[in-house]
Amino acid sequence: MIFVSKKIAKKASGWILDGNHAAAQGIKLSRVQVIAAYPITPQSPVTETLSEFVERGELDAEYIAVESEHSALAVCTSASIVGARTFTATSAHGLAYMHEMLHWAAGSRLPVVLVCVNRAMGAPWNVLNDQQDSISQRDTGWIQIYTRNNQEIIDSIIQAYKIAESVYVPVMVCYDGYVLSHTEMPVDVPAQKDVDRFLPPYRPHTILDPANPKNYNLVTLANPRVNAEGVLCHGYMELRYLLQEALQNSRETIIRVGQEFGELFGRSYANMFWENRLDDADVVIVAMGSLAMEAIVAADMLREAGHKVGVLGLRVFRPFPKADVIKALKKSRLVVVFDKNISYGLEGATCSEIKSALYGSSVSAVVRNFIVGLGGRDVKARELVDAVNKSLLSVKEGDLNKEYPEWICDI
Amino acid sequence: MGTRDCQHICGESSPAVGEAGKTGEWRDSFPVIDQEKCLPVRQNKPSCFLCWLYCPDAVISRTIPIKINMEYCKGCGICAQVCPAHAITMVHEEEFCPNGTD
Amino acid sequence: MQLMVDTIEPVAFGTRNDSFLRLAESQKYHLCMQDYYEIRWHGRGGQGAITAAKILAQAAYLEGYQGVTAAPSFGAERRGAPVSASTRISPQTVMVVSQVEDPNVVVVLDHTLLKYEEITSGLVRGGWLIVNSWRHPKELDLGGDFNIATADATRVCSSLGLIVAGLTVVNTAILGAFIRATKAVGMASIEKAIRARFPNREVDINLAAIAQTYEITKLEKIR
Ligand code: SF4
Ligand code: SF4
Repeated sequence: MIFVSKKIAKKASGWILDGNHAAAQGIKLSRVQVIAAYPITPQSPVTETLSEFVERGELDAEYIAVESEHSALAVCTSASIVGARTFTATSAHGLAYMHEMLHWAAGSRLPVVLVCVNRAMGAPWNVLNDQQDSISQRDTGWIQIYTRNNQEIIDSIIQAYKIAESVYVPVMVCYDGYVLSHTEMPVDVPAQKDVDRFLPPYRPHTILDPANPKNYNLVTLANPRVNAEGVLCHGYMELRYLLQEALQNSRETIIRVGQEFGELFGRSYANMFWENRLDDADVVIVAMGSLAMEAIVAADMLREAGHKVGVLGLRVFRPFPKADVIKALKKSRLVVVFDKNISYGLEGATCSEIKSALYGSSVSAVVRNFIVGLGGRDVKARELVDAVNKSLLSVKEGDLNKEYPEWICDI
Repeated sequence: MGTRDCQHICGESSPAVGEAGKTGEWRDSFPVIDQEKCLPVRQNKPSCFLCWLYCPDAVISRTIPIKINMEYCKGCGICAQVCPAHAITMVHEEEFCPNGTD
Repeated sequence: MQLMVDTIEPVAFGTRNDSFLRLAESQKYHLCMQDYYEIRWHGRGGQGAITAAKILAQAAYLEGYQGVTAAPSFGAERRGAPVSASTRISPQTVMVVSQVEDPNVVVVLDHTLLKYEEITSGLVRGGWLIVNSWRHPKELDLGGDFNIATADATRVCSSLGLIVAGLTVVNTAILGAFIRATKAVGMASIEKAIRARFPNREVDINLAAIAQTYEITKLEKIR
């Protein structure tokens, strides 16, 4: 029996928000200037809320209604080129439809921020959560940040602008459809004056301006060329090299921005992934998004049963934090990766990344992969526990390498 | 026993009664037919049947008199809307079973 | 495990409903905070089960529970179709994001749903089944080792005129029965949550509905 008095049961003054409203608040606090989006389940409430903010004059932004997601991102890249802070949001088929423009935004080094409310891809039709949509866009040159809860959504969006505008790479903030987008939970909404202190106004690297005519994104052939002023300019490959270099180097910025955020708001994001009891763990569960929360519950259960289990909750998927992962998994003997996505014909994307990070390192852990939660299939902590137990058993029996992932489903 | 027995390799279904589940459970009101106003009944020959044509759940029979399969009628009210003779009215379930009976 | 909060003071507000005030005061000394609630709501699309789940979560957060979540059951929503929602309430941050499997409270907004087995599925031993029904809990004729509370919230709402588009809206009223049965949150927090969610002109009628439903709730505990 535990008795607590009113003093101990600290009264909260705060409010609860679902993920979509948390996202909209984050956008508003970031003083976004141009918003273009097309509604799609489960993202629609983000853009609806933003259009209300604009309508009521609470957000001084241009809200541009477009006829498709492709146009939405085209508007954002164009607005970004002329010096505006821009935002768009989408899910699944909407993101797929943006695919071409994702490349354009990254290739033009425009700091657009996009919210992807993770939803399964058809066919067959499904509106529920998995991460196939954003994972399918991992090679477009965007920074990808995944969030575990609604507080992280609002915080990550604010940080996303600072990161994007520092390294000139667009950022995609991803959160699980329904599981976060439609679930209310406590969220501390930062004060505008604090966000203003944290996030300076956008300073574009190039501005398209009639007073200073420029040709932007011209046809750029393979080899470098000398321009009219006699300067040797990048060829296509050199520009692409710079994009890779920017992502490689963005780790430092992501961590610095996360740390600054923590100093100002008391919630530090000075990491590429969330660590939960990795210090002594010889079994590590890897998960991304809200599943990384459920994984902590599973780890608790496994600890109770006497296993030393920790959780690595991936936060930044691009750039992939190779060196950090090696460090964090140093003590591990078994790594169980749960993926809400799959690269068909191979395995879950995070599993591939973890394996590739470990290649050639001193970590010789067995890596197991489970595909879970596709199309909104509920993933329970006890199922994660079963999967870990099953892996422990098969490893004990000498099965060290599985060619393909295992699935938690009823086939 | 897994799900392979269905033998599908893509999401598929065929139009059939009950394919979308027991849609009757969605109902919060249901159609009541006044057979005396119904045109096929009045003329005693197959005619009209607009309700049969428009019912999205295909639960109205093309018979005289028409019959509605209440297990799957989802209470959308489309039949009542399209009926040229105003023979169908929608009645709220609560009005019908106000005191906890079904 | 039971946590006791000895004094929960009603919060002063400008205009308020009399019976609600009395209730808030009388409740002052017997609020009982259990350590973890998993509540599942059942209603029909349009009845506001999801809103109720959210109001309760908000109230619990204001009450001092650090962890609350409120979620619809995920899927397509159709007016009239059976829908469910869930609320989790805990003194610590809620880490579970999967759907509620073994609720300790089930709230049913529409008694016609009781015929479906899934309504009470997973309801834990000693938990509460709370039903909007004019019947006495005993008359529901439900086997099971859980407590039952009933209240005719529909009647309360129709007498107060809490009717939208021809339908009585019982989602807030049933919170009165919930509080009476579980004592999980205080009226003051519920009032704050209601004020945050509804426009001013709708606040009083909803508070009155909660208070009146609280009064008429019939409880039947298992021995
Ligand atoms: S049209 Fe709608 S209301 Fe009429 S029978 Fe068909 S399902 Fe029922
Ligand atoms: S639409 Fe009306 S008149 Fe025509 S068949 Fe149906 S009930 Fe009879």
